[in-house]
This record gives sequence, structure tokens and C-alpha cells, in this order.
Amino acid sequence: MRYLSLIAKNALRNKRRSILTICSIAASLCLLGVLFAIYNAFYLSGDDSDAKSLRLVTRNKVSLTVPMPYYYGAQIGGIPGVKAVAVSQWFGGTYKDERDQNNFFARFAVEPEAWFQVRPDFVLPEEQKKAFIAERTACMLGKRLADRLAVKVGDRLTLKGDIFPGDYEFTVRAIYTGVEDDETMFFQLKYLFESLPAGRRDFAGTFTILVDSLENVEKVQRAVDARYENASVQTRTETESQFAMSFLSFLGNVKLFLLSICGAVTFTILLVSANTMAMSVRERVREVGVLKTLGFSSGAVLWIIMAEAAFISLLGGVLGCLLASVLCIGVRSASFFQQLRNLSLEPHVALVCLGVAAVIGLVSSYIPARAAARTGILDALRYTG
Amino acid sequence: MKIPITYNMRNLVERRGTTIMTALGIGLTVSVLLAVLALVNGLQTAFKSSGNPLHVLVMRKGSTSELVSNFTRQQYNDLKFKPGIARRGEEPMVSLEMVMVINLPRIDAPEGANVTLRGLSPIGFAMREELKLRTGRLFQEGRREVVVGKAIAERFPDARLGGMLKFGRGTWEVVGILDGGQSAFNSEIFADLNQVSSDYNRSEVLSSALVRATDSVAVQALINDLSADTRLNVKAILEKEYFESQTDSAAPIQFLGIFVSIIMAVGSCFAAMNTMYAAVARRSKEIGTLRVLGFSRGSILASFFLEALALSALGGILGVVLVLPLNNITTGIGSFVTFSEIAFNFEVSPPIMAAGVGFALIVGALGGLFPAGNAARKEILVALKESE
Repeated sequence: MRYLSLIAKNALRNKRRSILTICSIAASLCLLGVLFAIYNAFYLSGDDSDAKSLRLVTRNKVSLTVPMPYYYGAQIGGIPGVKAVAVSQWFGGTYKDERDQNNFFARFAVEPEAWFQVRPDFVLPEEQKKAFIAERTACMLGKRLADRLAVKVGDRLTLKGDIFPGDYEFTVRAIYTGVEDDETMFFQLKYLFESLPAGRRDFAGTFTILVDSLENVEKVQRAVDARYENASVQTRTETESQFAMSFLSFLGNVKLFLLSICGAVTFTILLVSANTMAMSVRERVREVGVLKTLGFSSGAVLWIIMAEAAFISLLGGVLGCLLASVLCIGVRSASFFQQLRNLSLEPHVALVCLGVAAVIGLVSSYIPARAAARTGILDALRYTG
Repeated sequence: MKIPITYNMRNLVERRGTTIMTALGIGLTVSVLLAVLALVNGLQTAFKSSGNPLHVLVMRKGSTSELVSNFTRQQYNDLKFKPGIARRGEEPMVSLEMVMVINLPRIDAPEGANVTLRGLSPIGFAMREELKLRTGRLFQEGRREVVVGKAIAERFPDARLGGMLKFGRGTWEVVGILDGGQSAFNSEIFADLNQVSSDYNRSEVLSSALVRATDSVAVQALINDLSADTRLNVKAILEKEYFESQTDSAAPIQFLGIFVSIIMAVGSCFAAMNTMYAAVARRSKEIGTLRVLGFSRGSILASFFLEALALSALGGILGVVLVLPLNNITTGIGSFVTFSEIAFNFEVSPPIMAAGVGFALIVGALGGLFPAGNAARKEILVALKESE
């Protein structure tokens, strides 16, 4: 500790080199920070709120796109541990001009009362909730979606169906907030069913199940699938976050992709840092000789040099983390995945980044530092660079 | 007068440790970029080699994909005898098809991945000439049998020859494996139209029709004719166009990859600058000597700049070498149009390699400019006196 000012002075002696190194490490660590944050959002968090981890999603075992019989809902509701069940059906269709990406958003047909039971996290004024429940052609939009389409309560909008052919007219009766995904439109399942020929009604895309307690989640998950094991339509029940993850695996092997980029970035920082330390140690062999003459041990010299490297890469790390938190905001607004909508550089992720920076500093300087520390006093003093 | 390039080369070799570390840093940046480009390129190849220029895909008006489209037998009967449709013998080359998605467990994704299941009749196979039977036989009509694309057979353990798939109202046996060249059909499962549609209660309402026009002139006329027919009420597009529209599936990965490589490039740029500044500082005396010998400031600038370019070109080549083993490795990406996964190979093509080396050179140029300027600005006497 008492060498701290010496270490700081050494680190800043060749200012241009130190600044370039810090910038280089900062760029890489900023990237590492964002990637860690994404990884964290996708794979490590998710089950944070109790209500969320109490929810299960059941779909047809064949695939999400194949519906299940509607009456499964009532049967699932009877399974012990199930507090509420809500049907939802993906609508598809197009709004205005399909080629404009801005007009793309998810549309689900639901039974409003049941939906609000399983999703108490939807925040909206009570009278809007009532209005949505009461009116057959009412619809409810997420706040962000309503802003994007520039519609407000009372406006009308029309969807052109594809899976369910026809024109569907809606009146916006409610706008919700409070959930990660506030870019979705919900409308009455009743309205959808009534517009279909009699033989094609009474199906369900997914069932969202609210379980009464955390202990029962696994039990219910197994019970639902076991209930339909030998039925003609079998089911697959997952927790809400597993269900969300299945969309991610759609992008290909994202985990491998993220990890290999992280590996490449880490290795690059290691190279940059090792290179700088090798250069700066080479310049200072004579000083090492002086230090040793003054009575510093080889071990102390080794530590002083390694600490200098750690100091520089930590500075880069701090700068990188700052940049990363700014970039996270950018990713948040440009992201398709709801897991990333609230992306931020959480303190523990930032700490991991700084840890990586420090370790890289130490590892990268070990070889040049050891070589310098081992040089004999006379050789060191005679060294001409 | 120019300073010979061998001077720079010898310097790079002399300081090989630093050279290799800097070049490897640039190389890793390049390889990240190239891996992503190779992925996107492979996906594009798969989609571009799918579809026949004479084929027209007919879906219900307003549909963006076969999966959400409805197409009835009635529409099929009305469409069959339109003018401009090619015939095989007496039979019009129109294939009525039903498209569905089924979920199969995969080795590296036990939770399952989505796969397209296509119900069709023999004419549908005859029209897709790129589909060759590799092993086994075609399914028989009226039986629960499927043939699978080669990518499906390789990636999904349940879909190997003789395997059993469970969907609809029973189990289906895999009786054959198809080779579709590089096309997207390698990632599909095929079964008898009537069997699939009756299993799903959709005997009347299917998904789409594939139509072959007599010749390239007739294609556009056929599309216009079909689109204008208000009784049919369908959307007709070139099959090729339909596949090309799906190349967007790689957009998120492409975006992430380019974003990552640009930030890494900024880092490598600073590292290259560092290395070049050190090179200039070390050779201060040499620079002075060169000036005394009569080399101009301009040639010093050019010399150091070229050295930075050589260093980064080495990095670019290293990056290409690092990424080469990826070539022809199969991977899969989900398409939001078909809601299922398409398998394709990484493709490190020569233009991609060139792009990688070019990218490295840009990094080197940005990193080398300031140090080279610094070298050129040195005063002769000061340079000669500098101790290091």
C-alpha cells in the first residue's frame, strides 16, 4: 500500500501510452460489460418477481402454432394448486401497410377478466379495465404501442386477418403499463370466435396458469402435462421465463455466440495489456536496478510492476463500465426482446467486469514483471534499452 | 525518394513479440466480424438457392407467410385451369400444400426447435426438381409416413431414417431422406397432403398452392392474372421472392455482430497506435539518420504509415485464418416468416475474406496515421539526440 503513489506515478509517466492503453481496454471492457449485461438479462435473471415465477404457460406439444381444445382451460382450472387460468390466442393479421415495420406488433385474443386475474401486474385505470371487459369489440394497447401508433382511448382501428380471415374493427378502450412488454394489443376472444364459422371455434393457443404458491409450481407443471399424456392433443407446460427463452433459441445458438465473442474480447484485452506492459517494463530495466540497489526485493519489484498494470486496466475498466451503461440504454430502446427492454449494467455485472480488468492486468504483466525482477542489479544498471 | 519497404519488414520481424500481439488483437477483431458475415452469407445462399424462377406461390390475400395463409380446395380447383400454367402430361403443374410447424427435440436444444412440416401430393415433388431422394423411399399416400430434408435428419435424432415422429393423430415413420442441395427445403419435413390435412381436420382449408408457369414470359402474366382475380382473392408472388424476403431473419445477429466488431475495432485501433508510437520512439535516432541521409519528411511519413498497414494486414490475414475452420459448419436460425428453423452452412467466401483484410487495413490506417505524422515532424537534431 505504501507504494501506491509510486505505482500511480509510474503508470502515468508515459501519458500518451497510458491513455491509449486505457482507451483500448475501455473499448473492449465496455463491450464485455454490454455482453455480460445481455447474458445476465437472458440467462441469469428473469425469475425476480414472485408473480412472474408463479406463472406457467401451457401450449400444444406439437408446436406453439397448433391450437389446443378450448375446454382444456376449465380442466386445468380444476387441477389442485391452480389459482386461475387464462386463454390467449395469437391473432397475426396486418395493420395498415404490412411492409412498414412500425405497423408490426403482437395481437392476442384473450378473455379479459381471466387475463387480469393471471396478470395482476398490468396497470391501468379501473374504469378502462371495466370498459375493456364490457365491450365485445374493445381492445387494450400497451402504452408504448399506443404512442407508436399515435392512438388514444376512444380511437378505432382495423386489423386484416390472415389466419382468421376478415376485417376486424376495434375501439381502443384501455391503455396499460407496468409490464416489460407494453407493445402488445389485446382484444376479446369472444369477438374472434363469433366471427368464425361454428366448426372452427373453441380453440386456445396458450393457457397462462397462475399457481397459488411457489411450492406448487413444479407440481402443477407436471400435473398439467400428465393430465393430457394420453389424450389426442398433448401439452407442454413451461414457466413463463422458459417460455420466453424458447423465442430466444430461435435466433440460433445465442449462448455460444455471446460466449465466444466474450472470449475473443477478453483475449484481445489480454494482448493489448501484455503488449503495453512489455513495452513499459523494457524501458525501465535500469530503474529496476536502482530500486534493487536501494534495497527493494525482487518480490516487491514484481508486485510494483504488476500493480501498475492492474491500476491501468482498472482505470480502463471503470471507463469501460461507464460507456457500457450508456450503451445499455441504447440497446434497450432498439431491442426486439422483452428481456432486454430494461437492460442495465447492474452493480454485480459491473463488479465482474472490473474483476476481469484487474485479473487481466495482473496476468498480462506477470511475465515481463518477472523477467525484470529477476534481472541482476549489475545487468539492470548496465542495460541500455 | 522512398524508404525501401524491407526496412519496415525487418523492423516488424525484429520486434516480433509486439508485432504478433498487436496483429493478433486486430486478427481477433476481424475474425468476429467475419464469423458474423459468414453466417449471414450462408443464410443468404440457402434462401437464394431455394425456389424456381418459374414458380409462383399463391396464398390468401393479406398473408405474409404460408403458415398463416388459408387456401381452399375450391380455390385450387378454380386456379388449376388458368392459362399460362405448365402441364405434366395432362395434369396442370399446381401443387396444393398444407404447411405446419412441429416442435422436435434437438441434441443441443432439448427443449426443442420448430420445424416446418409440408403436406403435399406427388406433383409437388415433381415440381421441386432440386429435391433428390438420398436414402429410403418417398412416403406412400394414405399412410402416416414422412420424408425429411437432410439437415433435419442430421440435426434431430428423432428424424433419422426409421425414426418415429409424434404429431396429428398418431406416429409417423421417417421413410426417406431428401437432398435439396443448398436450399431451404433441407430444413423441411414432407408428408402426404391428405393424411396430414385429415389428421388436423383441415381437409378443405389448406395453406397455399405452388404453380409453375409455362415460361418466363408467362410468369408475370400469371401473377397479374391471379392477383387481379377478385373471385379467387389471392396473393401471388414469385417463389424466389418469398424466400429472399426471409433473409431478414439474420438481421438481429448481423446487427449485434457489426456493433461488436466496430467497438472491438476502436480498441484495436488504440492498440495499434500504441505499438506504432513505441516503434517511432524507439527508432528516433534512425529517423534522424534517415533525414540526414536526405530522406524527406514525406517519405518518413509514408514509411511508418506503410509499416502500420503491413502490421494490420498481417492481423487481417490472421483473422481470416482463424475464421476458416468455421467454413461449412452447419448452424440454424429461426425465421419469423415460417416460424421455424432453417439450417445452413457458414460460408467464408473470397469477398468476405477481402472485406476482413480491408477492415483490418482501415484499423491500421487509423492507428498508424498519428504516429507516422509524429515521426515525420521530428527535428533532425532533436531526433538524433533522443536517448531512446
